[in-house]
Amino acid sequence: MNPTIQTLLLIQGVLVGLLTLAGLLVWVERRLLALWQDRLGPNRCGPGGILIFVADGIKMFTKEDWIPPGSDKPVFVMAPAIIVVTALIAFTIIPLAPGVSILDLNIGILFFLALSSMGIYSTVLGGWASNNKYSLLGGLRMSAQMFSYEVFMGLSLMGVVILSGSLNLHDIVKAQSGMWFVVPQFLGFLIFLFAGLAETHRLPFDMPEAESELIAGYHTEYSSMKFGMFFVGEYVGVTLISAIIVTLFFGGWQGPLLPPVVWFFLKTMCFILFFILLRAAIPRPRFDQLLAWGWKFVLPVALLNLIATGAIALARGN
Amino acid sequence: METAFYIVAAIAVLTTLRVVTHTNAVHALIYFIVSLLSMALLFYLLGAPFVAALEVIIYAGAIMVLFLFALMMLNIGTAQDEQERSWTRPGVWVGPGLVSAVLLGVLGWVISEGGQVRGQSDYVAPSEVGVALFGPYLVAVQLAALLLLAGLIGASHLRRHERRTIMSDEPAEPSSDRSTGSKTGKGGIG
Repeated sequence: MNPTIQTLLLIQGVLVGLLTLAGLLVWVERRLLALWQDRLGPNRCGPGGILIFVADGIKMFTKEDWIPPGSDKPVFVMAPAIIVVTALIAFTIIPLAPGVSILDLNIGILFFLALSSMGIYSTVLGGWASNNKYSLLGGLRMSAQMFSYEVFMGLSLMGVVILSGSLNLHDIVKAQSGMWFVVPQFLGFLIFLFAGLAETHRLPFDMPEAESELIAGYHTEYSSMKFGMFFVGEYVGVTLISAIIVTLFFGGWQGPLLPPVVWFFLKTMCFILFFILLRAAIPRPRFDQLLAWGWKFVLPVALLNLIATGAIALARGN
Repeated sequence: METAFYIVAAIAVLTTLRVVTHTNAVHALIYFIVSLLSMALLFYLLGAPFVAALEVIIYAGAIMVLFLFALMMLNIGTAQDEQERSWTRPGVWVGPGLVSAVLLGVLGWVISEGGQVRGQSDYVAPSEVGVALFGPYLVAVQLAALLLLAGLIGASHLRRHERRTIMSDEPAEPSSDRSTGSKTGKGGIG
């Protein structure tokens, strides 16, 4: 019974931790954006405005939950749940400390890729079911963006798999005890960063919701907590991509002095903050530029990176 | 584990039936995704987690999104639902139903004869799948690659033809617009 209870406690801890973090990130993001854009941001509620996420939560839950009459009701209701559920399930394979993760899968990386490809249905189906031109355009953009960027998201990770000789995330972290994979796989890291940004549709790549062109894109018709689910799903997605980057390229929980969980948390937070900085710093490209750049530049680079890594690994004879 | 297998298999069969019988294309596609996911789970239960993950990534994740993309472009509404309904009257099902029943009968017969239906098998590691694909089945992989390449070149050719016609049209229209615009402008001044 003991291991079962341990696993249940771990699940509870990860779930509570993640959702609290997602809530706090609302405040962190708005304060940091304000700092970088030379304004104050939310600073009224609680010390430094930290209770803004409680106020936001109350607002979301008490707003009218409206389903447009022309929409496809079951799909409309189901869509926001998919993004949160897939992102949370993908978290089960992240190694938080030596030997500590909810699931220890031999196909860890593939499990993550599978769930992230399932998460797209949330935005695509949500955009379609709303029966609104802007939502549909948002959904179309999301699907085109995703099947372009998913191709090299997988390819960029294969260099790491060649170097560590395993798809298991625990083994990959252990293989980085000598050197973090960001050094030999710097190209792979950059490509995964782009793909991860496109996957979470954060600002430089947020064409599916581009508020200056499409109102709010795929979630234009969503209100109340259904919109809140998209919102939470986005933050959980950012946390997930950051955690995966840390695990695959930056040594996961490895680090001196401090306990492994703390190292893991600190490194993950660094990448979350980097994602927020990107949002404040980089303008949005045009949609066709995004796709052309992905297919014509990043995909060949990802393939070359894979070929070079494979050739070097073969020449070294491992 | 055996009950799990039969539950998942039942879901796979039922959802696939719904794919065929559903009149709303997008709903049918969602059933198709669930059917593919249950197929992946079947692979997992049979000891092939690598193939299961690939099934989700490639079929349920990528190809179905492409289908959905195409469907969304077509703007399918209630009129199409009605059309589908008129095509799938009960009488239509008789022929395919009979043929499928024969197939089901043959399957039952083969199983009762103790044919090759694999039960709980050994775990198949990712590297074994790779070795099989690039070893004994290399020719099949190359043939599939050739087929895909032919499809790719065909699509590129069609698109190229289309783009050339658009390109020859495009400069003509704006320039004519501009000339008329300037003419009226001059007319206004004059």
